[in-house]
Amino acid sequence: MLAWTIYLSFAGALLEALLPKGKAGVARWLALCVAVLGLFCAVGGFVQGMGQGRSVIVDVPWVPSMGIHYLLAADGISRVLVLLTGLAAVAGILFSWNVEHRTNEFFAFYLALIGGVYGVFLSFDFFLLFVFYEIAIVPKYFLIAIWGSTRREYGAMKLALYSFVGSAMVLIGLLAAYSTSGSHSTSLIALAHAGLPVSFQMWCFPLVFIGFAILAGMWPFHTWAPTGHVAAPTAASMLLAGVVMKLGAYGCLRVGIGLFPHGLDPWGWSFLGLGSWRDVFALLALIGIIYGALVALAQTDFKFVIGYSSVSHMGFVLLGLMTLNQIGLAGAVLQMFSHGVIAGLLFAIVGRLVYDRTHTRQFAELESMHLARRLPFAAWAFVIAGMASMGLPGFSGFVAELQVLIGAWIARPWWTVTAGIGIVIGVAYTWRALQRAFFADRLPTPEEHPKTGWPDLGAITWPEMTGVALLTLTSLAVGLYPRILLDTIEPAVKALLAGGGQ
Amino acid sequence: MNYADLFRITLPETVLEIAALFALIVDLGLVRKAALQMRVAVAALVGVIGCGVAIWSLSMQPTIGLSYGAGSKLILLGVGGYITAAQIGILLLTGVTLLLFTGSVFTRHAGEYVAVVLMSAAGGLLIAAAQDLLVIFIGLELLSLGLYILTAFAKSSAKSAESAMKYYLFGGTSAAFLLFGFSYLYGITGSTNLHEILLQLHQGELYQATPLLNVAVVLIIAGLGFKVAAVPFHLWAPDTYEGAPAPAAAFIASVSKVASFALLIGIATTAVHVFDAPGPSPTEQGAHPGFGGPWMVLLVTLATASMVLGNLAALAQISVRRLLAYSAIAHAGYMLIAVAFFSYSPLSSNAILYYILTYGLTTIGAFGVISVVERATGSDRFDAFLGLHKRNPLLAGVLLVLFLSLAGIPPLVGFWAKFNLFAAVLNLSAGVVPFTLVALAVAMSAVSLYYYLQVLKRAYVMPAVDETPIKAHPVTLVVLVTIAAAVVVLGCVPALLQNWIAGF
Repeated sequence: MLAWTIYLSFAGALLEALLPKGKAGVARWLALCVAVLGLFCAVGGFVQGMGQGRSVIVDVPWVPSMGIHYLLAADGISRVLVLLTGLAAVAGILFSWNVEHRTNEFFAFYLALIGGVYGVFLSFDFFLLFVFYEIAIVPKYFLIAIWGSTRREYGAMKLALYSFVGSAMVLIGLLAAYSTSGSHSTSLIALAHAGLPVSFQMWCFPLVFIGFAILAGMWPFHTWAPTGHVAAPTAASMLLAGVVMKLGAYGCLRVGIGLFPHGLDPWGWSFLGLGSWRDVFALLALIGIIYGALVALAQTDFKFVIGYSSVSHMGFVLLGLMTLNQIGLAGAVLQMFSHGVIAGLLFAIVGRLVYDRTHTRQFAELESMHLARRLPFAAWAFVIAGMASMGLPGFSGFVAELQVLIGAWIARPWWTVTAGIGIVIGVAYTWRALQRAFFADRLPTPEEHPKTGWPDLGAITWPEMTGVALLTLTSLAVGLYPRILLDTIEPAVKALLAGGGQ
Repeated sequence: MNYADLFRITLPETVLEIAALFALIVDLGLVRKAALQMRVAVAALVGVIGCGVAIWSLSMQPTIGLSYGAGSKLILLGVGGYITAAQIGILLLTGVTLLLFTGSVFTRHAGEYVAVVLMSAAGGLLIAAAQDLLVIFIGLELLSLGLYILTAFAKSSAKSAESAMKYYLFGGTSAAFLLFGFSYLYGITGSTNLHEILLQLHQGELYQATPLLNVAVVLIIAGLGFKVAAVPFHLWAPDTYEGAPAPAAAFIASVSKVASFALLIGIATTAVHVFDAPGPSPTEQGAHPGFGGPWMVLLVTLATASMVLGNLAALAQISVRRLLAYSAIAHAGYMLIAVAFFSYSPLSSNAILYYILTYGLTTIGAFGVISVVERATGSDRFDAFLGLHKRNPLLAGVLLVLFLSLAGIPPLVGFWAKFNLFAAVLNLSAGVVPFTLVALAVAMSAVSLYYYLQVLKRAYVMPAVDETPIKAHPVTLVVLVTIAAAVVVLGCVPALLQNWIAGF
């Protein structure tokens, strides 16, 4: 059932591409139908898979001479992330209901991207995983370059090149692993059991991990994220933050840690207190958390605040991965889900609800617009999303970050202390953005004051309300009853930790 | 050697020559009075049929190669294995370039054009099979002379004449180098047969004894490096690609490359057969062929320089043809890695062949798109591609597929070719040097995405200046769409072509 998510998305993309131009309405509804069907498949697969371990969906030889299989499978981690992708896809389409320019092409690229993302989460053959991973690069480029805003061509090219460089590193690492293992199989499960030499894992692990972590927004390779997010159209920034960054984190977990568990072993010597790759990457994750939060605090562009907050929140995911204990890893996966939903919501509010109406994202200009009164729905949606983003209890972010922090405490207590500072700054920048964008109530200067009264900003439309409701309720549901996801995530994490990887 | 055997083994070449003459007769005789469009179509059709018959005639070849005489075991012209696969590839790609010629108007001499193409292709077939220095040289000259003429075929274009002159001067010099190198080899060993030469070098340990051999290898690499456009023998490529008429440029970029790499595979195969006689494990044996020394060092240098310079120089281009020329240099660099670390296992030759055949097909398609755009806008600058998705969505789609394949984005065939090639190198030769080279190649292909996207950005992202639709000749359009479809299908089912190549 889960495999249909991939096929549906690609078929939808193909149909959209073949659709005659000028039929924007048809294109929208078609895209929405495809995405909703995909979500149903994802939910169906999730429910079916409750209480099960890893299940193989399809396994047919693809390139027999090289031992490459078309191997789709799902464990708890995959199921949760496929569910996230389904939600993000539907929400993204709801928030791009106002795309009028080359609508069918927009949704063709959009669905192709979604199909690639589903594929990555379901592949258990590294080769297949890589293929899907790269399929996702090209649509991202076009989505941003054609439909984006601020410095879109720069942002799009930067994102495409960062992704491609990251995937080149991954490819080198995978080629090396394939030839070193000599197992004549590219299945992740077989490779994890191939017994790669520890010395090999020691240098191959960082290569693959960094390759994926570039897309996860790890400091100092995060610079594509803010520019890319800001340049992207609303739906694309929702997808970028919501699922594409998760591709990177998922690759770090599934391929990096899964294939090269000994790459995290201590080196046997230490440099500046760093004794293993685990320490190095945890340090980078912590820098990302603090740095992203501090930079978000200083932004004058509303969307940049959210862009940098993504860097900060993804730092928690990477920190969770580096804890290497069950609670920390489960927290990391939950944080992927949670950040996917919350960041999607924040980007939707900034990009669709506010920017598409006010045509500015500068706090200095928004301050005088009295948005809290003129767009109360947007304001209150942002209050809720902001609370979720800060990690208030009751929302998914709280449970996820709490688990990561507990896991970090078990591993190294000072990690928790440092990450805690990041959370405090997180409250500050969210509060600042909320206050300046919606509740500033600064009186407009005479030049700013429109002569003919304030222009009508337009009512909030039903797709926007549905989208906000969908994402908010998801975050609340997971926050109030986290077992709904944790019951699925935990066995998979346990298996991953116990099985020397897979 | 008797002439019946010679005839049987050179049947495909003979068929091509007959078809060439037939194209001349038909064009100058039967349809002399017809409209140019008609004459071009008829001549191209004759050529395509000639290629088809030649492919069929490959199956009539004897199963063992042609030897020098009754008592001799040495082979003059080989058959089977990678040779047949390469020959079929050459013929197919020739047919495709002839089909692209159908829509062209750059010359009134349709029959002559087709005849020269077919004769060049015959040269290509010859060098793919040749095992003797003299045959190699004759084949190369037959191929090259045709290419010089084809480059100059747009008589009304000064660029075409200029680039042909450059190509000819470079080509003549490099042919002289090659022949000079061959003469040294003959002087050292007293034979013109590749196998015999290598055997002598191996048994007599001559390759360690005489510095003359190093000179010979350097000269030969210079000559062959010119054919595959490897840095530093690449200078002709950008000019020729820019000046030649599009179908001729497509022929140079594909068929000539396939033939040249088939020759390199032939030399390397003979070398590993002599120096690395089957041992217990081909992996260990193949890692350091005895012939290694200068040959391998030179190839590694060429490969590195080509990858780096080709990709970096491509970044600065504003003409799509020159961009393709530099990207061709870079692609040659990738393949040279596999030639340098050639191994006894057939995987090596299969991977190179897979790469060059798919690359040839893709690049023909790219030139096809360029020719259509050029005809409509009069330029091959990046700006000529502005708004292509509006002016001809199908053509823009083809360009998207082909360029992404060249950049190595899965699931297109270019990605599999790269993966196949690099995996073969790493699996067959362990060591730091091959790994570093492969890592460099992968890194460099990340660079390549930038310049391919520059063209696609013009086609899809930037606003059109002129929105009048571009019309393509129906045959051209069908061929281009078929090529794009093949790139996608072969990419989704990579085993198809792999098994086909391995089946010979």
